[in-house]
Amino acid sequence: MPIRLLSGDLPRSRPLSGALLLIALGLALAPFLFSGARPLNTAATICVYVVLVASYDLLLGYTGIVSFAHTMFYGIGAYGVGIALASSDEPGWAIMLAGLALALLLTVVLALVIGLFALRVRAIFYAMITLAVAASFGVLASQLSDFTGGEDGRTFSVPALLSPGFTPLEHAVFGRVVDGRLITYYIVFFGSLLLFLFLLRLVNSPFGRVLQAIRENEFRAEALGYRTVVYRVLANVLAAVVAALAGALMALWLRYVGPKTMLGFEVMTDILLIVVIGGMGTMYGAVIGAFLFILAQNYLKTLMGQASDALAGVPMLAAAVHPDRWMLWLGVLFVLSVYFFPIGIVGKLRLRRLRG
Amino acid sequence: MTQLDTRSDASATVVRRAAPPATALPAARRDVVPLLLAPILALAMLPLLSLPTWITLTAAGLAMGMMIFLVASGLTLVFGLMNVLNFGHGAFVTVGAYTATLVLLPMRGSLDADSLGANLGALGLAALLAMAVTALLGWAFERVVIMPVYGQHLKQILITMGGMIVSEQLINVIWGAEAIPLPLPAALRGAIFLGDAPVEKYRLLAVAVGMLVFAAMVMTLNRSRIGLLIRAGVENGDMVESLGYRIRRLFVGVFAAGSALAGLGGVMWGLYKETLSASMGSDLLVTVFIVVIVGGLGSVEGCFIGAVLMALVQNYAGFLAPKLNLVSNVALMILILLWRPAGVYTKGKL
Repeated sequence: MPIRLLSGDLPRSRPLSGALLLIALGLALAPFLFSGARPLNTAATICVYVVLVASYDLLLGYTGIVSFAHTMFYGIGAYGVGIALASSDEPGWAIMLAGLALALLLTVVLALVIGLFALRVRAIFYAMITLAVAASFGVLASQLSDFTGGEDGRTFSVPALLSPGFTPLEHAVFGRVVDGRLITYYIVFFGSLLLFLFLLRLVNSPFGRVLQAIRENEFRAEALGYRTVVYRVLANVLAAVVAALAGALMALWLRYVGPKTMLGFEVMTDILLIVVIGGMGTMYGAVIGAFLFILAQNYLKTLMGQASDALAGVPMLAAAVHPDRWMLWLGVLFVLSVYFFPIGIVGKLRLRRLRG
Repeated sequence: MTQLDTRSDASATVVRRAAPPATALPAARRDVVPLLLAPILALAMLPLLSLPTWITLTAAGLAMGMMIFLVASGLTLVFGLMNVLNFGHGAFVTVGAYTATLVLLPMRGSLDADSLGANLGALGLAALLAMAVTALLGWAFERVVIMPVYGQHLKQILITMGGMIVSEQLINVIWGAEAIPLPLPAALRGAIFLGDAPVEKYRLLAVAVGMLVFAAMVMTLNRSRIGLLIRAGVENGDMVESLGYRIRRLFVGVFAAGSALAGLGGVMWGLYKETLSASMGSDLLVTVFIVVIVGGLGSVEGCFIGAVLMALVQNYAGFLAPKLNLVSNVALMILILLWRPAGVYTKGKL
């Protein structure tokens, strides 16, 4: 049963299995293991990022497409839910689902158009075109301030079931009061889990195998009779839809949408970093990468702040370990890992097992 | 020695004249349609705007186009010759602009003096330093970062992206995270009037510099030996290599030159915006990519046309429908790609 649930794609490395199990358990029980808003926030972000990164890996790692428009679809999903809920006085499920449906429709149309337009050309061209389109979309979102709230974004309230004031049970469960926040967390968690399992199913299906064949040698795949353009466009649309759903989950959790958190180029660089560090072409890499990255983002900065204070006398060095400069070290790590570590953490662990 | 050379040259000409090229290839037909795009666009906008507004907008568009051309030309040349798309090209823009402050800020005095000579002197010095630094940086970047990933597009994109992230952060470490104000030199502030139309002086300078660089590039590429090798290298690198030329050295040279041009573009752009921020390069990169796509990867002439066209569209759109400013770029890109899927002029291997 568990093998079927994982689509027969087992971690194939004992340390990897252990780490994955720990992460899954930790995320599943996060509300009961930790108290306070910050750890739960971290856990929810990890859940969403796992899906977001895994869907990007479907493009980058499995199909060999470099797209910079992934945050655009993530943002569309988030804004769809956000704007729908913000526009009604009585935020309910119906309007939320309507917003989500509209967002998904827009996602599919845009992904199809960009895909048909640009996937016929080489990888490098596609990367440039998606970058241009995504940047314009970001500008558009922050310009149409009546609709999207501009640079400030929009805060909104969620259906009553999910709001923090909602407490269905009188007594606490395992020392935790059951409230709307907890319910939201589990919607995010199970939503992410389902989406992740779907992606895992997808890459291990015949469809996924064709994608990998295209990545390895497009010419041969074409010669075997596969319409590679069709497969690439489909992969593009699927990845975009999953990204949009991840965005919707994130919006539901944050109860806020804004251009920086949803559409910003930083999100795109985060995704790229996580994919490469976790391991391209391995869905599990997204889990490991997102977990390490989000943890580091939330807690390493504090550590760097302390180091920076300790080095206050040294001019350059103090600036270099300033918490705002943590991307510097990540960027260096990124470049080094593309050179020396291109298969990422998961690839390395699996390789060790093969050699061992 | 010189005499001998001239004589052999002269005799060669004589020989060529004596034997008319019976089997010469027919000259390639000049493709002039793209050249007409920008004038047609400008003329088409004339009825929609009053004449002074039109002059101001067109001048602004030309100036912006020239500055973008400076940045984009290096990118497109490097791509055409080496088949490397440098996503870190924006970093050279930023580094160039920040390096210029090393000259411009201490020389405040001669910048505030109301003498065009002193102003341009200081600016020239700053631009030279910026170009030298970015050329050196480009050389090092090619050697250290790009050389190991020739021929692997995916890795190239990732590595150069990483390079850009790191350089952006390093600029924050060195110069601090706050934006640096960079006022224009006194003699270049304000506008002159062409009839009723105000045209900012700095924009005229930008147009002049851009035209100069474009002319120099076209001359170098079409008239000099180096240019011949570069053009041949874009067409077929292996062939040039097997003829005994060290194309590697040419590569590095072109990369450094492209970086220097990006640095110059950065100085110009920084003065245009009058503030510097570490992300200015990556912000500009999107525009530059659109220009390179519109122009056709690897073509300097196409790049020039693309830059002017895009800047004009952006300026007109910014005036007529401000909200659609940046989206107008993408619309232009889509229209051009529908017309010519590989950009207006295509060089190299696509």
